Amino acid sequence: MIDQEDVARSAFLSCINICHSYQGKDVLSNLDLSIQEGEFVTLVGPSGCGKSTLLRLIIGQERVGSGEIILSGEPIGPPDPKRGVVFQNYSLFPHLTVLENVILSKKLGLSRWAWRNLRREAEEEGRDMLQMVKMIDHAKKYPHQLSGGQRQRVAIAQTLLQKPTILCMDEPFSALDPKTRESLQLFLKEIWKDFKMTILFVTHDLEEALILGTRLVSLGANQSSSANGSKVLIDRDISDPCIQATLDAERRNKLRGIPEEIRRLATDPTMDDGV
Amino acid sequence: MLSLFRTHASLSSAHKVVLALLPFLLVILIYLLASDARLSVNPDDKLLPSATKMVESTIRMASQPDLRTGNYLLWSDTLASLTRLLLGIFLGSLVGLMVGLSTSIFPVMRAISGPFLTFLSIVPPLTILPILFIALGVGETSKIALIFLGTVFVISRDLQLYIAHLPGEQITKALSLGARPASIPVRILLPQVMPRLLDTTRLTLGAAWLFLIAAEMISATDGLGYRIGLVRRYLAMDVIIPYVLWITFLGFVMDWFLRISVKSFFPWYETQR
Repeated sequence: MIDQEDVARSAFLSCINICHSYQGKDVLSNLDLSIQEGEFVTLVGPSGCGKSTLLRLIIGQERVGSGEIILSGEPIGPPDPKRGVVFQNYSLFPHLTVLENVILSKKLGLSRWAWRNLRREAEEEGRDMLQMVKMIDHAKKYPHQLSGGQRQRVAIAQTLLQKPTILCMDEPFSALDPKTRESLQLFLKEIWKDFKMTILFVTHDLEEALILGTRLVSLGANQSSSANGSKVLIDRDISDPCIQATLDAERRNKLRGIPEEIRRLATDPTMDDGV
Repeated sequence: MLSLFRTHASLSSAHKVVLALLPFLLVILIYLLASDARLSVNPDDKLLPSATKMVESTIRMASQPDLRTGNYLLWSDTLASLTRLLLGIFLGSLVGLMVGLSTSIFPVMRAISGPFLTFLSIVPPLTILPILFIALGVGETSKIALIFLGTVFVISRDLQLYIAHLPGEQITKALSLGARPASIPVRILLPQVMPRLLDTTRLTLGAAWLFLIAAEMISATDGLGYRIGLVRRYLAMDVIIPYVLWITFLGFVMDWFLRISVKSFFPWYETQR
């Protein structure tokens, strides 16, 4: 039998026995989660289940109550460029133009003097990135002049330029209208393939989770133990071409929603076939 | 014509210009009629001087040297007042910015200064004017100090509140993009606070003028407020009214200048509020 601790340590990102509470109320208890390099993990669960909390712990915005989070062999600290972040809002700085926002990761680590020498080069790189996310025409605009979808494209470009080892996204498309959302989902999936990234994607939308991810993780209340925070209820590989093909077919038929059998697969733990 | 008076009536820009000018013209007209009426009874009446008299007095104040000091009074008064006002408000903004930033960054500073700042900002500045005169003398220092004290707490507290309302995700985001924690105040917060500082300064200008005029009227040897207080003794309305208009004009220019600066240097700011 393989030691579970060893598996966790060899993984790319592992959360080991995480417990976290706010003002005495348990949010997460005894949560274990390991992510392998190159996975696109979608994290779902009912609101208040702690999925965003888990993401905040991983990016280092909050300190873990107890337990350990290890990224490529090292315990994590405060936020750093290894963990890219895209929020639902506020990923862009309102006082910077689109181009300035995108190249911010190049600029922030440098002194003003060092920046003067590297600026031209960074701007070149930023423009290439904007070209790729199809936002080059908006380089000189400020974030408030963009639509929600455009802003998220820029936010993704911004974090791609910092070359993170893992990209953490907290409901990045939840505030967008369905059409924009769909195009951004396709866009993100392409980016993930092209850059061979590891992505942790939090969403409350099951369809989105199924379409995007290669692996679906669902959090829910921990009813068995004395602690009543959330833990991982379902953890399943969804990269299966069958599932994806069915979903694609559904999309082509412009039928909204998910076929019943797939929905059950993702929501009903009794259907577990012993993976 | 009647449709203009409906609720939610749509007004053309020509209408708006005429309507905006209307109250000004009305007040001027009423004044001229009243002045004329009084002067026709008593040509030496001082309370409502004629427009000609006011223009004459203004020209005299601006272009004839004072017999005692040799100064061109309108200009020397303006220079003295503006120096006090700008120095006071500049120091107020500068210290306000530093206090606002440091209390936002360091919880210790916030904990220490919170209630104390609130207390200080509620003390009516004019009530401490006598203390300032006693402690700092009746020279320039006490007047500048009054304007400084009258604006600095308001600006500090406003900036502190503004920074507190910036989304916390910005800090996470900046760190994640490689910012050193120590560089966040200067690189992330300061550029976002600057337009707010100009805006708040603009709003405190009115109060600053009030403190300036009050301090000058009580104790000074020059300045716009001093002059108004002085010539009041001779009922010299022909000087007082032009001075009031001149002060209003100066205030308007400063307000306009700050507004334009915010708009042109911080084009993103307008939509953030």
